[in-house]
Parts: sequence; structure tokens; C-alpha cells
Amino acid sequence: MDFSRKEIEYVLDCAEKMVPTARGEKTSDSLKGRIMASLFFEVSTRTRLSFETAMKRLGGMVIGFAEASTTSTKKGESLGDTIRMAENYADVIVMRHPLEGSARFTAEIARIPVINGGDGAGHHPTQCLLDLFTIKTERGTIGKNRVAMVGDLKYGRTVHSLAHALALFNTKMVFVAPEQLQMPREVLEECSELGASISVTDQLEDIIEDIDVLYVTRIQKERFPDPEEYEKVAGSYVVDCDLLSQAKKDMIVMHPLPRVNEILPEVDNTKHAAYFRQAFNGIPVRMALLSLVLRGES
Amino acid sequence: MKALKIQPIKNGTVIDHIDPGCALKVLRILKIPEEKKESIVSAVMNVKGKRGRKDIVKVEDRELDPKEVDKIALLAPHATINIIRDYKVVEKHLVEVPDEITDIVKCANPNCISNAREHIRSRFIIKSRTPIRIRCFYCGREPEDIASRII
Repeated sequence: MDFSRKEIEYVLDCAEKMVPTARGEKTSDSLKGRIMASLFFEVSTRTRLSFETAMKRLGGMVIGFAEASTTSTKKGESLGDTIRMAENYADVIVMRHPLEGSARFTAEIARIPVINGGDGAGHHPTQCLLDLFTIKTERGTIGKNRVAMVGDLKYGRTVHSLAHALALFNTKMVFVAPEQLQMPREVLEECSELGASISVTDQLEDIIEDIDVLYVTRIQKERFPDPEEYEKVAGSYVVDCDLLSQAKKDMIVMHPLPRVNEILPEVDNTKHAAYFRQAFNGIPVRMALLSLVLRGES
Repeated sequence: MKALKIQPIKNGTVIDHIDPGCALKVLRILKIPEEKKESIVSAVMNVKGKRGRKDIVKVEDRELDPKEVDKIALLAPHATINIIRDYKVVEKHLVEVPDEITDIVKCANPNCISNAREHIRSRFIIKSRTPIRIRCFYCGREPEDIASRII
């Protein structure tokens, strides 16, 4: 994500003002008559639905598709041509695409604003902003926390963007993963260059007592050639009530979702579980972004 | 009698101060040997110079264009380009790594939009000059072996 700390703080402040409207406690028609093109070439649940809800909560309208197979992409239409069509039908494009760099390419050629809803294994900047918003609203601050990221840190796109953003806030970070799924060298270097205090371990139990935020990601089975190796690794990073009994009372557990087995359902009813509130936070953050790109204000 | 390792050239380009061992990479990006060309190309490697060991490439009857110089800068950032006409050096300049390069390097990431069937030019941002590190403008990936990715 290319945002500076100041720009991130501005978006998060705007998002905070959106919360009552996001909850339906207030109504707004600030984007009345505006149309969002929701171009999802790849499947999504939370990102697509929360963007659509965000637009509608602000009185705007939505057109689009939820999978590429129902579009002319199947007939061989290029992304460039699809964008040149959509920019004439809408005022803003929200896009998810399987290829890395596709959002940047789209932003280069489109005459209307483009918001990246995830580009392959590349970036997912709105997820990063809602994660930061969650840390801020749950903990009162971003910088003065010790954040542990656990799971697939090598391929998980959300953790790369989040590590970069947290480094801008001088947040202390610890990366918990087996060696083959550890944070890529470029991300570690970037965090160090930004002056962040980072450490690396493969033992979640060793650090659970000292952290304020536990950010859990899914370990994908297809990353392992040997299913037995997957079971062993995935099994060692399961968050359950027994593990959380060693944690600080106000430590929060976050997850970009969907989860599979990495957080047991028994955790859902504990005060540590922040992941469903985190999923809600996608709405005010995306309302703020839509409002800022279409009106220049929230 | 002292024998010359390489004869002076009448017309063409002399690329001097190439980092030792990089002359063959420079030849490759200049697409040398060219088919059906009769002009002579000579390369010497690991010769002693004032600033230490270096490689030199001499290409007769060919003056390099700016895009070729950009490519050389990526592989041999300390090289000097000498344009020779009638045995005289008429132009001499150091190669300079630009801030951004277009259509020179192909992204190593098969999943990058720049490798897709789109009307798109490859673009890289120079991340560091010593050592040379470049980053794909679109996907952010850094190729480890730049020489093998040059178009």
C-alpha cells in the first residue's frame, strides 16, 4: 500500500464518522445518483458484499458481476477493454482480479477512480485499512501495541500490507510461522528500513503472554506437497481457549476470514474474539473510501 | 615489441570499464553476434586498468541507441560508452541508470498483469543503484537475475 501514515490516519478518521450510518442507525444520501461498478473476476464474500453495502448505505447504486465466467472475459475480452467499457457505465470501479498488478494497470487506463479489492497474491489494501481500523477501535491506538501475525506469512497478501502499514506506526511486530511460510525477505527488510521493531519465531506459545493483538491467517493445504506435513504445521497454530488462557485479558484475536480450523469456535464467545467486528469494520472503512474518491470528503 | 591485444576500430562503439566477467552479458543484450552482419566485434576480459580489472567490448560499424545504453547500465553500471568515428573518440559518456525503465526487462512473475494478454508495456522502478535492484511497477516483484530477464 502506498499510503503515508497521515493518509491512513485521515481515512480511519473518516471511517469512524461513518459507523452510525454503517450500522443503519443513521441514513445518508451523500452518494445519491452515483454508480459503483463492482468487477469481481475472482470470488469474494466479505469484500464484495461490504463494498456493495457501503455504496448503498450512502445512497449510491451498484452494477457489476461476482465472477468472470458470466462476462465477456470468457469470450476472450481483455481486462483493458472491460475497463474501457465499465468506465462509461459507472463513477467508480471496485475490482478484484486474479493477476498481480491488475489494479494498478486498471488505475492507469481508467478515467474514473479505481479501488483495489485484491489482486491475486499481490495486495488487498482495503483489508489492510479495515485491519488498522479494527486495531484502533479495539485497542484505542495502533502504535503502542505488540502485534503477532501467525500462519501463512509467505503467501498471505493481507499480512504483507499490514506489516508495512504497522511499521509506519512503529508498532512492535512478531512473525510466527514455520520456516517455509515465514515472512518474505523483502517485507522484513522494508519493515526494518521503516524503523519497526520486528522478531521472528515458529513458537506461538513462547510469545502469547506478551502480545496485544494476535492476527491469525489460514494455512493453505495446497502449499504443502506432503499432506502429513500440512497436518503437523497447521495443527501447531490452532488458537483455542487453552492457548488464550495464557494471554493478556485484553488481547484481541483478529482474522481476515474465512477461517477453517485455525481458530476453534469455542473462541468466538470469548472477549478476545474480534474477527466478526473486524468483518463489520469493512463497511465504514469502504464507505469512507468511496466517499473520499467520489466527493473528496466523508 | 609490445603487441596490442585489440586493434583500434575505425567506426563504432567501445564499451569500456565493464565490471569484470560481464562482457558476455553485454554482448548478449546487444544481441551479438547479429545474423548476416560482417562487422567485427571484439571483447577482452579481466584486463588491468587504472581502476582495477575490467572488461572491454568493441563493436565496429554500430553506434548504440539510448535504449541499448539503458540496458547496459543495468548490467554494467560503471561502464563508459565511446563513440568512434574515423579512429577518433567523438563522444564519451558514462552509462546512467535511469529512475524507471520501460520495455527492457520482462517481469519474472508469471502471474503479473504485465505478462498477460493485455496491451501493456513492462515497467520497472529502480530501487537501488549499487547493487542494482529493480521492482516491477505492476506486481512489485524484484527479479533476482536481471540479465536473464532482459527483453
